[in-house]
Amino acid sequence: MAKVTFATDTCKGCGLCVDACPKGLLQLSKEKINKKGHHPAEITNQDECVGCASCAIMCPDCVITVER
Amino acid sequence: MGEKVLMKGNEAIAEAAIQAGCRHYFGYPITPQTEIAAYMAKRMPKIGGLFLQAESEIAAINMVYGCSSAGMRVMTSSSSPGISLKSEGLSYLAGADLPAVIVNAQRGGPGLGGIQPSQSDYFQATRGGGHGDYHMLVLAPASVQEMAELTVKAFDLADRYRMTCMILADGTTGQMMEPVSFDFVPGEPVAKPWATTGTKMERKHNIVNSLYLLPDVLEQKNIERYEKYEKIKETETMAEEFMVEDADIVIVAFGIAARVSKNAVIAARKNGIKAGLIRPITLWPYPEKIVAKAAEHAKQFISVELSMGQMIEDVKLAVDGKAPVSLCFRAGGMIPMPEQVYDAIAEADKKLKGGN
Amino acid sequence: MVVFEKPHALTDAPLHYCPGCTHGIIHRLVAEAIDELGIEGKTIGIAPVGCAVMAYDYFACDMIEAAHGRAPAVATGAKRANPDNIVFSYQGDGDLASIGTAETVHAAARNENITVIFVNNAIYGMTGGQMAPTSLPGQVTQTSPYGRDPKVCGYPVKVCEMLAQLDGPEYLERVAVNSVANVRAAKKAIRKAFQNQIDGKGFSLVEVISACPTNWGKTPQEALKWIDEAMIPYYPLGVYKDRSKEAAQ
Repeated sequence: MAKVTFATDTCKGCGLCVDACPKGLLQLSKEKINKKGHHPAEITNQDECVGCASCAIMCPDCVITVER
Repeated sequence: MGEKVLMKGNEAIAEAAIQAGCRHYFGYPITPQTEIAAYMAKRMPKIGGLFLQAESEIAAINMVYGCSSAGMRVMTSSSSPGISLKSEGLSYLAGADLPAVIVNAQRGGPGLGGIQPSQSDYFQATRGGGHGDYHMLVLAPASVQEMAELTVKAFDLADRYRMTCMILADGTTGQMMEPVSFDFVPGEPVAKPWATTGTKMERKHNIVNSLYLLPDVLEQKNIERYEKYEKIKETETMAEEFMVEDADIVIVAFGIAARVSKNAVIAARKNGIKAGLIRPITLWPYPEKIVAKAAEHAKQFISVELSMGQMIEDVKLAVDGKAPVSLCFRAGGMIPMPEQVYDAIAEADKKLKGGN
Repeated sequence: MVVFEKPHALTDAPLHYCPGCTHGIIHRLVAEAIDELGIEGKTIGIAPVGCAVMAYDYFACDMIEAAHGRAPAVATGAKRANPDNIVFSYQGDGDLASIGTAETVHAAARNENITVIFVNNAIYGMTGGQMAPTSLPGQVTQTSPYGRDPKVCGYPVKVCEMLAQLDGPEYLERVAVNSVANVRAAKKAIRKAFQNQIDGKGFSLVEVISACPTNWGKTPQEALKWIDEAMIPYYPLGVYKDRSKEAAQ
């Protein structure tokens, strides 16, 4: 089972990871606002993640750690 | 050792640099200092060193910047228009507290000017040359022997104070041949824990940098640098005094102008005129205390320069109004004859004795 | 098992780049290459003037901050001082292709054994969006408000094509970081550019087409699309020189 975790406070909410996910599992949080004032990225359904790391590859800020 | 060899001043600088442990030279051809590059090109490959002809003076000084960052004793040389191009790099070297030795065999300016000797880069050298609050150490040799000795000293001072040190020579001292002995010992190498040689995964990364975006941090950096400068003024100022103790008329001159002036002083003494000579060897720090001391008894100062009058401002600052300061000059590549300086002394003497 | 995390060769300092700016991706690719090749302890990075000026805070290896455009000369000095060090410069388009053109061309001509990471985003980011030497014809910037007019400003500089004319350089490749596939390809090129230096092959430059959403006036998503639609057609991706490969053929 794969797992993605976000270093939420360094996320700038650019959304490049959201577009990169082949399964459309990511979104920018609608409620949360991080220290920088951005809506950080989050995963909607961890169970469906295959750990392809596409999100992490497109993240400019090394926010995402992927485990498999 | 101890043996004297006949050498051009520029070659003496190059050989002394090698003896001081310099194994990296970056330069770009320009008259009248090209002998330094040619000498380095011939010698460096034989002793495991590097001579690299850069694509420009700008590139050369930035290669010096990179090489100095890596902790090496490194040198470049040029002449006036080339030093203007290097000035950006000189400012960055100062801002990053990097040691380096820069030779300026001055020629007449401004602009392309000429290729004959000059001292008209005095302001540029002693005030730093590039932008920002900083100084370079500036040494002014007056003989081929001194070109060698001051070059070795330049490397020691640069390393000790993490500063650029400029040898402010001129076309004459660079081109003339004199016997020179390399019978001197360079100082102990200085440890450079700040150098960017790779962390070896054993320490935090070293950063060589001159950027400080927070103004209070940058101000503090500059204040610390100026505190260092004050210490240097106390300990490293050098000048030669010749018959100054009882002099009424004191010539102040450096480099080739001082050699010309010395003959005029000797001639004046023979004719009963109490003349003396102060020859600054460090132009920054300027020997202001020595000039000020002379101003306690001297009645007239004459600044002899191969320029329209640049060092005269420092003479005036040091004399501080205690005596008049006049200028005796040739410019544009012309050199004053001892007779011209003698006439300036004699005229001053006449005025003093005539009481007006 | 962790399959993706921040590389060791990046420090913990948060990157100051704008949201969606792909400088961060390129930083990471360089750091990954350094990690994989196990060279962090002997690598010296040269930071430019421009948006990446503070790269010296981000890379964990020893770093030197250069004057604008002078990074290849500084890198030359550092590499010649200690040839066992791995020396790379990281430069933007204004730095490398405008003010530093001479230093770039001559480092390439000397086949200086360094690695150059050239970030081409067709604009001056740090100073707020002025025309770059690589800005496209018609591109609107602060200093080409009616679009870059080649009759007035001339044409963009194609760095890889230009340097490929020289005998000197070992390896020149243009890549982009606007998609997962392109980032993977960029990573391969950057790693090769470092490997070449380790192998003593000489001057290796990777031009990376990068996004500047802020100064392009686009969203991060639109910016990546603009790379595909406008940048890549003008700056085709691919290998422009690979001397060792050519020699082997």
